[in-house]
Amino acid sequence: MRQSFAVGIGGAAGQGVATPGDIFAKVFSRRGLHLNAYNAYQSIIRGGHTFLVIRTGADPITNIGDQLDLLIPLNQDTMDRHLRLLGPGGACIYNADSIRPGTATQGVQLCPLPVATLADITRNKVAQNTLAIGAALSMLGIGFQSLESVLEEQFKKKDRSVIDENISVARAGYDYATQNFKPFAQPLAMTENRYAVLSGNAALAMGGAAAGVKFYCAYPMSPSTGVLHWMAEHARKANILVRQVEDEIGVINMAIGAAQAGVRAMCATSGGGFALMSEGLGLSAQAEIPVVVIDCQRAGPSTGVPTKTEQGDLWQMLGAAFGDYPRAIAAPLDIGDCFTLIPEMFNLVDRFQCPGIVLCDLLLAEGRLSVDPKLLNFRPPIDRGELIVSNGAADHEPYKRYLITESGVSPRAIPGIPGYTHVVSSDEHDEDGVLISDEYTNAAKRRAMMEKRMRKVSGIEASVAPPKLQGPANADVTLVGWGSTQGVIEEACELLKDEGITANQLQIRWLVPLHGDAIVEILKKAKHTIIVENNFSGQFARYLRSETSFVPDGSIRKYDGEPFMPHHIVEAVKEQLAGKTKLSVPAHEVMV
Amino acid sequence: MATEVAPPRPVAMADLKGRVDPDWCPGCGDFGVLAAVQKALVELQIPNHEVITISGIGCSSNFPGFIETYGMHTLHGRSLAVATGMQLANHEMTVLVTGGDGDGFGIGGNHFTHTMRRNVNLTYIVMDNQIYGLTTGQTSPTSRIGMKTKSMPFGNIEAPINPISLALAGGATFIARGFSADQKHLTELIKRGIRHQGFSFIDVFSPCVTYNHDNTFQWFRPRVKKLEDDAAYDPTNWLAAMEKSVLWGDEIPIGRFFERNDVSSLHAAEPVLKAGPLAHQDLRIPEDAAKSFVDELM
Repeated sequence: MRQSFAVGIGGAAGQGVATPGDIFAKVFSRRGLHLNAYNAYQSIIRGGHTFLVIRTGADPITNIGDQLDLLIPLNQDTMDRHLRLLGPGGACIYNADSIRPGTATQGVQLCPLPVATLADITRNKVAQNTLAIGAALSMLGIGFQSLESVLEEQFKKKDRSVIDENISVARAGYDYATQNFKPFAQPLAMTENRYAVLSGNAALAMGGAAAGVKFYCAYPMSPSTGVLHWMAEHARKANILVRQVEDEIGVINMAIGAAQAGVRAMCATSGGGFALMSEGLGLSAQAEIPVVVIDCQRAGPSTGVPTKTEQGDLWQMLGAAFGDYPRAIAAPLDIGDCFTLIPEMFNLVDRFQCPGIVLCDLLLAEGRLSVDPKLLNFRPPIDRGELIVSNGAADHEPYKRYLITESGVSPRAIPGIPGYTHVVSSDEHDEDGVLISDEYTNAAKRRAMMEKRMRKVSGIEASVAPPKLQGPANADVTLVGWGSTQGVIEEACELLKDEGITANQLQIRWLVPLHGDAIVEILKKAKHTIIVENNFSGQFARYLRSETSFVPDGSIRKYDGEPFMPHHIVEAVKEQLAGKTKLSVPAHEVMV
Repeated sequence: MATEVAPPRPVAMADLKGRVDPDWCPGCGDFGVLAAVQKALVELQIPNHEVITISGIGCSSNFPGFIETYGMHTLHGRSLAVATGMQLANHEMTVLVTGGDGDGFGIGGNHFTHTMRRNVNLTYIVMDNQIYGLTTGQTSPTSRIGMKTKSMPFGNIEAPINPISLALAGGATFIARGFSADQKHLTELIKRGIRHQGFSFIDVFSPCVTYNHDNTFQWFRPRVKKLEDDAAYDPTNWLAAMEKSVLWGDEIPIGRFFERNDVSSLHAAEPVLKAGPLAHQDLRIPEDAAKSFVDELM
């Protein structure tokens, strides 16, 4: 089993949960440790309840795990909700002046800090946070110097006096813990590795920069807004034009306009914004102008739960815009994949001149992960497909924008070149771009143009590799997931192995093209198949069935807004293998 | 090796003649607008490959198919959003946006408002016929109160919007109104609009001869009065323009209502475009920038 250490920090929004989170993340990553962080929060700027979990360790940490090793409650509410997440050997560091401890599991150390005695709380409103961080680091066997340098960095934009005060408060907590609390049994590991720590939103934005995106536009919508923030902040260095637009209808159409000018254009939104983009997606397909749209899914329908995760938008993506048209849809498997998928998607949509959808979710978008900096390759292969950017010196045949070809792809001339004037159109058109939708309606031309576009579907399929089975062959159970559940299913498989159940995993990254035949080939050899997804109706299971007629032995679904924890899957697999049910809906035991 | 470039040939009307003849109803006001746009481009000597004509959906939005320039025939109401993306991505193109009153002031009203305040450098020509034509005659946002249409057979009870007042309030930096029957005047307005650096709005009375029996050529002809004929009128005076914009009745002003040239157009205010049009910039981001993006995560 992987060695890991998980810290939970909770409080009301505005109480300063984020800063200790950043400090822990920095301390862990400076020690060469992996980390995975997830913040459960509410759509409120002040108040409510925010709970941040950071799990760290020397091995890759693919999810936030099942329990905590350290809890830092910043208010009573957090103590009451989360104390039960601590297992034996764990500790809870809290402000003894204002928080009453609850009843902890046997073997949990309660560590009260006399905050008013240790710090001047009239001057420092977040003294309890800083004291707790100091105490935690002492108990983890980390030298104070590590914390001091992180604090210097964290508060570098503040006055020297603020930095000094924070260091002295942290020192007080550190020393108090050294004298009064029992250190953790295992000191925190250390490696020579160094990782980059980033959110999925930052990864998506950076992936765009790496792909050569020159135009990014968006309307703010949780949980995708982080992409806009990264883009806006780094636009000038990256030479990317970034605009905030009046609505998502404007967003997709503006991106299409920029894409037609010949640049790579991208936009991101969540389900509600995507619904507004639907008609524009059809324009991209019909006019054959490639754009990439990111959907960071949140719990729907409608406004839904804006700050909670779900994989509930699959059918919206499959059915977006009316009519038949080629499209590509892929779901990144983790935060690192948020980066690598974007250049791949751009190459595909540039080659096939159609819309591409990246189906992310809040878990990845707002979660944070350590990744090997080598993965963040800003020189990925770029394939712009058949693009005419200059008229050269030679004469050419009269240009036909929608030339009928065997591949369905027609060379695309960029406006501004002499001799290639043409009209691209949302109406059906002939090879020349002349409308055949109104007065000139022509059944034969319509059919030819429809078939031309749809021929791209097989080209897209041939360009994407089918999914592969991970883990041992002939396992007792095969777990099928898509996108962001990669990490938690992987850990569930390891935990099942410890309990004597062999499990393997088929994780789907490309939803369109699906490679249904290859999937069925794998699944029909499996002993017991279970599809795991973060939605109510089993959207992927229904899609797989509609494409292949395949029906799994069972389903594990969760639609309470929170992501899966490994034990949810482990327990569901056990009950299904025991024949108790075919549908498990794990309860999220801890209220966040 | 240097390639031989043919000496530039003067731009002629024939260069701008579309591949198909317009399918508008005989006598439609839009013919006059098409001819005025073509004349303006010839008079300004802008080669057709440097122009992109972008439209939404509707009778007048079929315009890009009837002129030989680059063109985009987009979605109903979305032409200005698409055109903004195009203009920002290649600000060397002359961007013309054409459409109707339903497309621009109804379904596209939101984009109209925001394109004005952004001062995107494009020329927006609305063929305003106060009716929905391609859907066979329904009330539009500029239909007068009392006008009977298929969608309001007992008469319109909603007040029309005033595109000129709206544009003035919205911050447009060039605002004019033309009449499709006055070619010469309209051509001058379009030329001025194209030359203007920023958002140019030209509302054109372009009567629908099939469905609008109220606002006909005959109805407009005696009413339209050119602002240019009034020597005292100052198109830099916003308040005066607002006063003129509300005149409607026996006297309806046409001409250049307002122009200001002290506001930067959007692309000129965008630092990323100092290095030239986006479409001509290198796709790859600078090495040192890439390195700094990773370093800040370490």
